[in-house]
Amino acid sequence: MSDLLQTDGAALLAALRPILAAKGLASPAEIEARLAETERASPARGAAIVARAWTDPPFRARLLADGTATVEALGIPMRGAPPLGVLENTATLHHLVVCTLCSCYPRAVLGYPPFWYKSAGYRARAVRDPRGLIAEWGTVLPQTTRIRVVDSTADYRWMVLPLRPEGTAGWSEAELAALVREGDMIGVTVPRVKGATDAHA
Amino acid sequence: MEPDPPRAHHDLGGIPRYACEPVDPAPHSLTDFDKEVDALRQVLGLKGIMTVDELRRGIEAIPEADYHALGYYQRWIRSITDTLLRKGLITEAELRAALEQGA
Amino acid sequence: MIHPPGAMVRVKDDWPETSGPCHIRTPHYLRGHVGQVVRALGAFPDPEALAFARPAARRALYHVLFPQPSLWPDGRPGDEVMVEIFEHWLEPAS
Repeated sequence: MSDLLQTDGAALLAALRPILAAKGLASPAEIEARLAETERASPARGAAIVARAWTDPPFRARLLADGTATVEALGIPMRGAPPLGVLENTATLHHLVVCTLCSCYPRAVLGYPPFWYKSAGYRARAVRDPRGLIAEWGTVLPQTTRIRVVDSTADYRWMVLPLRPEGTAGWSEAELAALVREGDMIGVTVPRVKGATDAHA
Repeated sequence: MEPDPPRAHHDLGGIPRYACEPVDPAPHSLTDFDKEVDALRQVLGLKGIMTVDELRRGIEAIPEADYHALGYYQRWIRSITDTLLRKGLITEAELRAALEQGA
Repeated sequence: MIHPPGAMVRVKDDWPETSGPCHIRTPHYLRGHVGQVVRALGAFPDPEALAFARPAARRALYHVLFPQPSLWPDGRPGDEVMVEIFEHWLEPAS
C-alpha cells in the first residue's frame, strides 16, 4: 500500500480533484451535480412515504411488495440506486435496521446516514442487544413485541414502515408526515403523538 | 470463554468490545469535505470506474488502528485513492506531484 | 441450488479472511449457524469478485432469519436477526 495513503484526507481530496478532472474521471460539475442530487433526499422524503402508506392501503401494499418501483413512481430517482425493501412493523413485530459490516442505508429515501448509524457501537450492539440499544433513544417495546434486527449486508437497502400511532385518526397525510422522524424509519424510535400517553405503558 | 472468532476488524456485529459503549444519538452535520467525498464516490460508481464493493474492500484494508481512528469519510477518500492507484487510473507520481503543489 | 421460503439452511463455517485478502458480505457471527429462508431477493453480481474488479457472476441472494438465542448466549427468546446471504454461503440443513 502506498505511503501516500497516510496523507490527510482533505489533502488527498484536493490533490485528486485536478487529476480526476484532467483525466475525465470526475469533473467538478459532475461532483457538484451528484452532491445536489444527494441533498434532495432527506428523512422528510421517507416520512411522506410513510404517511402515504398509512392513509392509502393499495399504496401500502405496493410499497411492501416492491419498494423500488413504488417510490420511483412518486418521482424519487432510483436509477443506479440499490433496490429498496420496506419492512412493516406491526403490533407484535418491530424491525431495527443496521449494517454491521459498513453502513448500508436507504439513502434514496432518507438521505445521508446519521452519525450514530455509522458508529462502531451501533453496528456492534444492534444485532445482539437491540432492546438495550434502542432504550438509549428512550424506546421501550412491550415484552410481547418481537424484535427482528435486519442486518443490511448486501444489495438491498431497507427502511422501516413504522406502526401508525394511536390518536391520529382523521389526520391528514401532511400532519402524519410531520410526526415521522428519521429514527422511526430505521427502528431506533417509534412515532409518538406529542402529549399522548404511551399506549404500551 | 470461547475465543473470539478470527473475524475481520470491520466485521463488528455482536462483538463484546462495544457491548457497553453508549451510542451518541445527536445529529451531526456533514462537512463540505464529507459531502464532496460522498459525491465523488457516487460519480466514480455511476461512471463504472469503481464499485461500492471496491470502496468497501479498500476501507477494510485499512489497518485496524487507523480504521477506528479515522473519520468516516477519511476512510472513504483513502479507499478511493487506493483503488484508483491499484487500477492504474492515477499514478503515485501524479498524486505526489499534486500533493506537493497543494502543500 | 434453490432454497424455497421456509427451508432450513446452514451458513458455511468458512473463514476466508484468515487466508489472504478478500471481501465478503457474510458476517462472522452467522458462520456455521442454521437459519430459515424467508424469501429469495433476486440475483446480484458477486461482491467477492466486484471488490477486486474481477468478472462477477450473478448469485442468488436470500433473506435468512435466525433466532437471537441461537446466535448469542444472551439472546432474548423470540427476538430475531434477518440477514441477506448469498447462495454460495448457504447449504441445506435438516
